[in-house]
Amino acid sequence: MSAQVTLGEVAATLALVAIAAAVSLWRRAELERDIGLAVLRSFLQLTAVGYVIQAIFEADDLWLVAALLAGMVLFGAFTARSRARAVPRAFGPLLLALGAAAAITLGLVLALGVFEAEPRFLVPVGGMVIGNAMTAAAVALDRLADEVAASRRQIEATLALGATARQAAAGIVTRSLRSGMIPLVDSTKTTGVVFFPGTMVGMLVAGADPVDAVRLQLILLWSLLGSVALSSVIAVSLAQRRFFTPAHQLIEPAEPGAR
Amino acid sequence: MADAAVFELEHVTASRGGRRVLHDVSLRIGPGTTAILGPSGSGKSTLLRLLNRLADPDEGVVRFHGTDLRELDVLELRRRACLVPQLPAPLPGTVADNVAYGPRLVHRAADVERALARAGLDPAYAERDADELSVGEQQRVMLARALALEPEALLLDEPTSALDDEARTGVERTLAELAETVAAVVLVTHDRDQAERLASRIVVVEEGRVRG
Repeated sequence: MSAQVTLGEVAATLALVAIAAAVSLWRRAELERDIGLAVLRSFLQLTAVGYVIQAIFEADDLWLVAALLAGMVLFGAFTARSRARAVPRAFGPLLLALGAAAAITLGLVLALGVFEAEPRFLVPVGGMVIGNAMTAAAVALDRLADEVAASRRQIEATLALGATARQAAAGIVTRSLRSGMIPLVDSTKTTGVVFFPGTMVGMLVAGADPVDAVRLQLILLWSLLGSVALSSVIAVSLAQRRFFTPAHQLIEPAEPGAR
Repeated sequence: MADAAVFELEHVTASRGGRRVLHDVSLRIGPGTTAILGPSGSGKSTLLRLLNRLADPDEGVVRFHGTDLRELDVLELRRRACLVPQLPAPLPGTVADNVAYGPRLVHRAADVERALARAGLDPAYAERDADELSVGEQQRVMLARALALEPEALLLDEPTSALDDEARTGVERTLAELAETVAAVVLVTHDRDQAERLASRIVVVEEGRVRG
């Protein structure tokens, strides 16, 4: 295999997907359908986005890049919302969180002169930033909903002492923020030892100098740390309010089956 | 207005968990100890939660010293009319951290020792980890935590339901003493004997309505 990848080579890796499906069938994990769907979706989505990126590279128009990134933010917020279903009206906080994380992270790396304002940097880096921000925000909000449900007595007991909603939720907000950030912090700690991150693998496979591959990987990992922190903290801080009324009352959970 | 009522409910209807639990309740609660007596699910806890706006009624008005609760600063109201929950919910940290929590929110110093004494706890408890106490001791910490705010009214939700007989007797003695220094105590209980031991007035709530 060289930097030119044929469809035949791609198709050959379906053998590994077959192993995944076989394991699922064998142990009755009931993931075969999801695996099939994941393979189909990844093929269609990546192929489509490949053509879009190609078109954007050829057009070389930063407005098109901005539109593409905005589309990613929108889609990311939808996806994260479906994972954090237990948070009422989570879409707004997620949209703001992903948008701000992307804008601030990309803005900073451009301002610091790390990357040039060109589509071939902005599109892939923006995609990574938004993807990681989405995962972190979804994990943080999911945890937030769990924490609120598990700590209702504690929260109300604190409100009853004259605490504001924000004060009563301070502990669970911190824990939710941590759970959004910890996966990336941990994987950054073990990077290069336990696993090789994707960018580096891609560059090495494509024939780049290992030193360059490592440096680019570090730039990306460190940028992602910032974007993940931003998106988690914004999502959690905004979504936390959804559990309270303006009179600092904890809203009762929606009746099961009431929807 | 020559009105001695501390709390007043006027045609109050309220729901909990999407279910209507109080129907057109009108009630005046004066100084001293008032027991709200009823079986579980009768709506008495909901009634208590209305008094410091942990919940709002669907219809009707609740007043504190003659003022509609909605016109009061809700945080200030909760410091003046302090609710002690049915089950202890201590914050992480020492007993002193717990007791000082409320006053600290408004940047006031707390007299931890005095609050503990009023709740029937030795000052030596101050530095103990709140999580490691017995349920009875934790319930007293909850009481001390409320008393540290020097409230005018104490709202107690089944304060002895999680306790054994001996602990219950002790807490009841403490509550009887408190009634002499706190202007109004509202005690929610399902135990008629307890209501008769502690309260100067008993309000019976059944199926969301006030009887008698």
